[in-house]
Amino acid sequence: MTELFYSGAVVAVIATLLVIVQTNVVHALIYLVLSLLAVAVVFFSVGAPFVAILEAIVYAGAIMVLFLFVVMMLNLGQRSRDQEKNWLPARSWLVPSVLAAVLLMQLTASFPAAQTQIVEVGARAVSELLFGPYVLAVELASFLLLAGLVSAYHIAKK
Amino acid sequence: MQWEVGSALNIASILAAVIVIAAMLIWVERRLLGFWQDRLGPNRVGPFGLLQVVADMIKIFTKEDWIPPFADRFSFVLAPTIIMIVVLLSFSVVPFAPGVGIVDSNIGVLFVLAMASLGAYSVMLGGLSSDNKYALLGSLRAAAQMVSYEVFMGISLLGVVALAGSFNLREIVLAQEGGWFVVPQFIGFIIFLIAGVAESHRLPFDIPEAEQEICAGYHTEYSGMKFGMFFVGEYLGLVLISSLITVLFFGGWQGPLLPPLVWFFIKASCFIAFFILLRAAIPRPRYDQLMSYGWLFLLPLSLINLLITGVVILSANQM
Repeated sequence: MTELFYSGAVVAVIATLLVIVQTNVVHALIYLVLSLLAVAVVFFSVGAPFVAILEAIVYAGAIMVLFLFVVMMLNLGQRSRDQEKNWLPARSWLVPSVLAAVLLMQLTASFPAAQTQIVEVGARAVSELLFGPYVLAVELASFLLLAGLVSAYHIAKK
Repeated sequence: MQWEVGSALNIASILAAVIVIAAMLIWVERRLLGFWQDRLGPNRVGPFGLLQVVADMIKIFTKEDWIPPFADRFSFVLAPTIIMIVVLLSFSVVPFAPGVGIVDSNIGVLFVLAMASLGAYSVMLGGLSSDNKYALLGSLRAAAQMVSYEVFMGISLLGVVALAGSFNLREIVLAQEGGWFVVPQFIGFIIFLIAGVAESHRLPFDIPEAEQEICAGYHTEYSGMKFGMFFVGEYLGLVLISSLITVLFFGGWQGPLLPPLVWFFIKASCFIAFFILLRAAIPRPRYDQLMSYGWLFLLPLSLINLLITGVVILSANQM
């Protein structure tokens, strides 16, 4: 499982970097899907298969499809690619990279000792938590989604 | 948390069997369609035209594999591989018989749904990268259709999951020892059937590739083996949906006298034949009819089905 974790993590990091540097929007989206699937593998390897598969269904399978759907309607061509290139020149990497490196060093220094004991949390355990102690949060989230749905309907009607 | 994975022989034979059956379906479909339309169908190559598949394969492998210069190469090459990969991966959780199957996953049903939703990328990227009006129209239709029908597909299965108390497909089969789930979950079965046809965009729901309106839809620009992968991927999807219906609603491999694998084969073949008959019998709906039928009729129906199933299970548990 450790190998699975590290391979998933490496793929996720590389794919996410490629999402940032890609100038072609469609390619960037494909790498984003890959990154989400790699994160799903990471979840799976640390004992959360239910969360992993939800990550694949909801993020990689549904939300990213909608992103791609919108990109299809926009008809982006060479011009947007050039624009993207102008927006990301080499020198704008400098300061964020230094800051991120500092942050990374602090994080690695303050990591707790690695846990090797993996306990699998299945679908049943997750549901018992969601509809037991956290039922209020689930209800609030559904309110939010309903509000979003109603406002989308309203805007579409206009 | 180690999951048992089937032996290499198991995996290889399932892979080979599934691909050969999907390829043979090209011939089976044409023969059956011919039979139902009162004509002969392909019967020249080999006995009963059985070698037609071989001839088709030789032709498709030796054809020029052309990538249009205006296409986006990366996504153009990626698109047909996605459909093959996701459909073949879905077969990994299908239990064919006791001891035959690749993984007994605790998230089997969800895994199939996840793969089905990833399959949408294949048609979308195929149409988008082709840089062709018809391909783009086809993939827009495909995306809308697949995203909407995925929703009811998932909800229609929840009744079965609730009755069996597990996402594991093998446990769902074992839970049907006393009776097939098609009886208590008849509405769920019908919705899954319709959503399954829409997911594999077969006739009558082949709006993304409707020849009369938009050429061949998302695979207009594809030729050679890349087109072949879309084509075989569609038949693989047909085999997958038939196997899933067998597993989820018709007791999987269970049946008297005959060995389990034969029962599975018979049941799945019946559904494959049914899907082909559906193609011969029903005309294609209009795009907006398909969408409003899904959202305004199938979605409420599947939610009510789930609600009633939940109430019945809860009240049965309390007694």
